[in-house]
Amino acid sequence: MKMTVNGVEHEVDVDPDMPLLWVLRDILGLTGTKYGCGIGQCGACTVHLGGRAVQSCQVAAGDVDAPVTTIEGLGTPQAPHPVQAAWIETQVAQCGYCQSGQIMAAAALLAETPAPSDAQIGDALWGNLCRCGTYPRIRAAVRLAADKMKGG
Amino acid sequence: MAGLGKIARRGFLIGAASVAGGFAVGVYSLRQPFVSPLADDLPPGVAALTPYVVIDAGGVTLITPRADMGQGATSIQAALIAEEMDVALDAVRTDPGPPAAAYYNAAIVPEGLPFAATDDGWLAERARDAGAMVAKAMGLQITGGSSTVPDAFDRLRRAGATARAMLVTAAARRLGVAESALRTEDGVVIAPDGTRLSYVELAPAAGRLLEPREVALKDPADWRYLGRPMQRIDIVAKSTGTQRYGIDEALPGMLYAAVRTNPLRGGGMAGYDASAAEAMRGVVRVVRLEDGVGVLADNTWRAFEAVKAIRIDWGPAPYPATTEALFDSIAGAFTEDARDSRLKDEGDIEAALEDGADVTAEYRVPFLAHAPLEPMTALAWFRNGQLEIRAGTQIPRFAEKTARELAGLPKDGVVLRALPMGGSFGRRLEDDYIAQAVRLAWAAEGRPVKLTWSREEDMTHDFPRPAAIARGRGRVSQGRVAALDLSIAAPSVSDSQMGRLGFNALGADTAIVAGAWDQPFAIPAYRVTGYRAPETVPISSWRSVGASANGFFHECLLDELIHAAGADPLAERLRLCSHAPSRAVLEAVGEMSGWGGALGPGRGRGLAYTLSFGVPCAEVVELTATDRGIRIDRVFVAAEVGRVLDPVNFENQVQGGVVWGLSHAIHGELTYADSRPEQENFDAYPMMRLPECPEITVRGLENGERIRGIGEPPVPPAAPALANAIFAATGQRIRELPLSKSVRFA
Repeated sequence: MKMTVNGVEHEVDVDPDMPLLWVLRDILGLTGTKYGCGIGQCGACTVHLGGRAVQSCQVAAGDVDAPVTTIEGLGTPQAPHPVQAAWIETQVAQCGYCQSGQIMAAAALLAETPAPSDAQIGDALWGNLCRCGTYPRIRAAVRLAADKMKGG
Repeated sequence: MAGLGKIARRGFLIGAASVAGGFAVGVYSLRQPFVSPLADDLPPGVAALTPYVVIDAGGVTLITPRADMGQGATSIQAALIAEEMDVALDAVRTDPGPPAAAYYNAAIVPEGLPFAATDDGWLAERARDAGAMVAKAMGLQITGGSSTVPDAFDRLRRAGATARAMLVTAAARRLGVAESALRTEDGVVIAPDGTRLSYVELAPAAGRLLEPREVALKDPADWRYLGRPMQRIDIVAKSTGTQRYGIDEALPGMLYAAVRTNPLRGGGMAGYDASAAEAMRGVVRVVRLEDGVGVLADNTWRAFEAVKAIRIDWGPAPYPATTEALFDSIAGAFTEDARDSRLKDEGDIEAALEDGADVTAEYRVPFLAHAPLEPMTALAWFRNGQLEIRAGTQIPRFAEKTARELAGLPKDGVVLRALPMGGSFGRRLEDDYIAQAVRLAWAAEGRPVKLTWSREEDMTHDFPRPAAIARGRGRVSQGRVAALDLSIAAPSVSDSQMGRLGFNALGADTAIVAGAWDQPFAIPAYRVTGYRAPETVPISSWRSVGASANGFFHECLLDELIHAAGADPLAERLRLCSHAPSRAVLEAVGEMSGWGGALGPGRGRGLAYTLSFGVPCAEVVELTATDRGIRIDRVFVAAEVGRVLDPVNFENQVQGGVVWGLSHAIHGELTYADSRPEQENFDAYPMMRLPECPEITVRGLENGERIRGIGEPPVPPAAPALANAIFAATGQRIRELPLSKSVRFA
C-alpha cells in the first residue's frame, strides 16, 4: 500500500491491520516515534495524520488516508521546529522517551490554537504521559513555543 | 539448548572464581588504581589518558560509565571531566565505555549501612570507607542510589585534571618550556609566545606518560561549567526524535523478538502449544525459554501478535495468590522472631507509653511498578563464538557476567554496549531481559535479535516496590511530641535483589526502615523497629527504595502527633530537629510556602520532611478541596545537596521526583489475583497527567559538607506532605496509599 510520510511517498508491503506505529518504526526506520503501551494510553507514539495529532498505535496501516508527519518530519537538530526549539531552550527532557509524542501533540495544538490557555494545553496534552515528571517544563515550553510562533 | 547448559557450567565456574578472587585481593592492591580498561588494544593514533579520556584525530571523547536513564548522568559526568580538563563541553563526544571494574561505584554501599547520614562519627566513617573498599574489590559498576554525583565529584574532576596535566607535560617537552609557563583553554595548550598546540596533536605523546600522582583541582570560583546552568548534552537529540535508545537498535538481518513468560513468578511452564503462532506470517521461530516462550519474527508487531497466540500451561506461583493474602503475610511479621532491626531506640519508649498512647495508627502502602516508558529491551548477537549485547542497563558488569555464564563464553567473549534508557527508576538493576535476549540469540546464531517487551509483559514481570505496613504509637505532653514508636514490616528488597545477583545480604536490611530510623529528630522517647516479612513476589529497588514507603509512615505519624499536641507542624519539627542543615531546609520551605499564612476555606497546607540518600528534603503541598475533588495547587521543595552542580537539571530532577511521589501516592497500586498483577497496562495503572500537575517551586541549599545526588530524595516527602495537606484541608486522616481509594481528586 502507499503511504506518504514526512513528504515522501512509500510503497509498503504490510498487513492492513498492522499499527502505523510499527510501520514507521520497523518498516520505515523512523524510530523517533515511540512504543509505550500499544493501547492508546501513553501518547509516546503521537504523530500527525493529516495535520491532526493521533496515537499511531491506534491507527491501522490500512486506515492511513492522509499524509503522516513524524517527529523527524517536524524539524531536525539543525533546523528545529519552533516547538522543538522551545523544548531545547526550556531543557524539558529527562529520559526523553515521551518527548517526541509531547512535541507532536503540542505542535498540533499550536497549529490550531496559537495562544492556548492552560486548560487548552492541559486538554491537548492529557493523553501524553511522562514518567520522569517533566510536566512543569512541558507547560513552560508550550507557552514559549506559542510566543516564538507568534513573534514569527 | 543442551550445549548452552553444558557450557554455562564452565562459565559459572569462571564467574565464581572471579568473585572469590575479588575478595582475596589484599589491602595493598585495593589502594592501587585500576589498570585502565581502555589500555588494551587501543588502535594506532588513539591515546587514553586515565580511564575517562580518549583522544584521537577526531577529537576528545569523555567516558561516562554511569548509565543515563534520564537523570542527566552523562552530561554531569562529562561536565566534571571537561571542567578540569579545559575542553569545551559542546566540542566533546561521550561514550559509556566498556563495563569494567575500574568504573566501580565507591558511593553505592554507604546508603545500605546501619549508620545515619548525619552520623559523622569514627565508626560510621570507617564503615563508609570499608563500603567503598568492598565496592572496589568487587568492581561494583552500578548506577543507582543517587550516587552518581557523590561518586564522581572528586574522581572525575581528578581524571580531567590528570589528563590536562599529561597534555601540558607533553607540550612543555615539545616546546622546551616550563609546564608552569603554559596555560590551557578549550582543548588547546597555549605557550607564552602564543604558540597553540591542540590536545589532539599532543595526545600521542601525552598517552605515553605516566599519570601524575597528585593534581591540583580548580577553585570552585574559577569553574566555567559547574554550578551554572548547562545545556544537557542529549537535549537536542531528545527534542528532535534523534536520540537512540535500546528499543531503536537496528542491524542488517535483525530478527525482532517478543516473549511471554509466567506472570506467576517462579512458577515455570508445564507446556505450550505454538502451532497457531508458527503458522503466522512473518514468524521465523518459536523458542522455548526457561519459564515461557519467545517468538522471532520479521517485525515487532508480528512477534507481539504471535507470542499472544501461543497457548501456555503455567505452573503455580510459590507465593500467596491475592493482595489480601500478601498483606496478611506482611501483617504476620510483627513478631519477635521476624524482628530485623531496631536502629533507633532512644529514651524509654515502653515507659513513655505505659499509660497508653495519644495516637495509635496503622498505615499501608501497596506494591508499585517501575513501568519506565521504554519497556525492557535488549539486542543480542552471537557470531563467530562472540556475543554482542546492546541494552540499557544499570548493572553492565552483572549483565555481562549473566550473558557470559549463560553462553559459556570466556571473559572476552562478550561485548556489552550500554545504551541510553527511556527511564528506569530501578527496573534495569535487573538483567532478566538481557538473559532472555541471549537465549533467543543463541537460537538464531548468526543473526542479531532485538527483544522488545510488550507493556503487558513489563507490568506483569516487574520486580515491584514491596507493599509494607507500619504501626505507630505516640505520646504528647505539654504541647510537644514526647514519644514516637514506629514498627515497620516489609519483605526485604536487599534479600530479593542481592539474591538474584548472587550475593547473600548479611545482617539487617536497612531498606525496611530507611527514611524512618535515620531521621534527625530529638524526640525524648523514640524507637523505630523493622520486621522482615517473608519473601513472596520478587521485589527490587524502586526510586528512593525503602524511604518511598517509610517517609510516608514516619511523616504522617509525626504529623498526627504534632496535631494531637496542638503544635504547629513546622514549628514543632524545627524544635525537634537536631541537624542544622535539616533545620535550614525546613526554614526555607516554610518561608517559600508562606507557612502560617491564611489560606481560606477548603484549602490546606501539608508539610513533610525526609532525610534520604544523605539529602534533607522538605516539601509543602498546598491544595484545595473543590466540589470535584482535591486539587493540588502548589508544591514547594527545599533540599540540601552540598552543592548544586547544574541548577536547571537540579530543578528538573526535583520536580520530577515530586511528580513521581505524588503520582503514585494518588493513583499507584499493583494488586494481585491468582498470583499475578491485575494491572497489565496503563489503562489499569493510572498516573499523574499534565493537567493534574501542580506548580512546583524548588530551592537547592548548599550548607552541607558533602555533595549529594538528587534523583531520589524528593520522592519520600511528597506522599506524606499530600496526605498531611488533605488532613489540613478536610480533617480526613488517610493512612493508606493510594489516596484515591479514600478521596476523590479533581
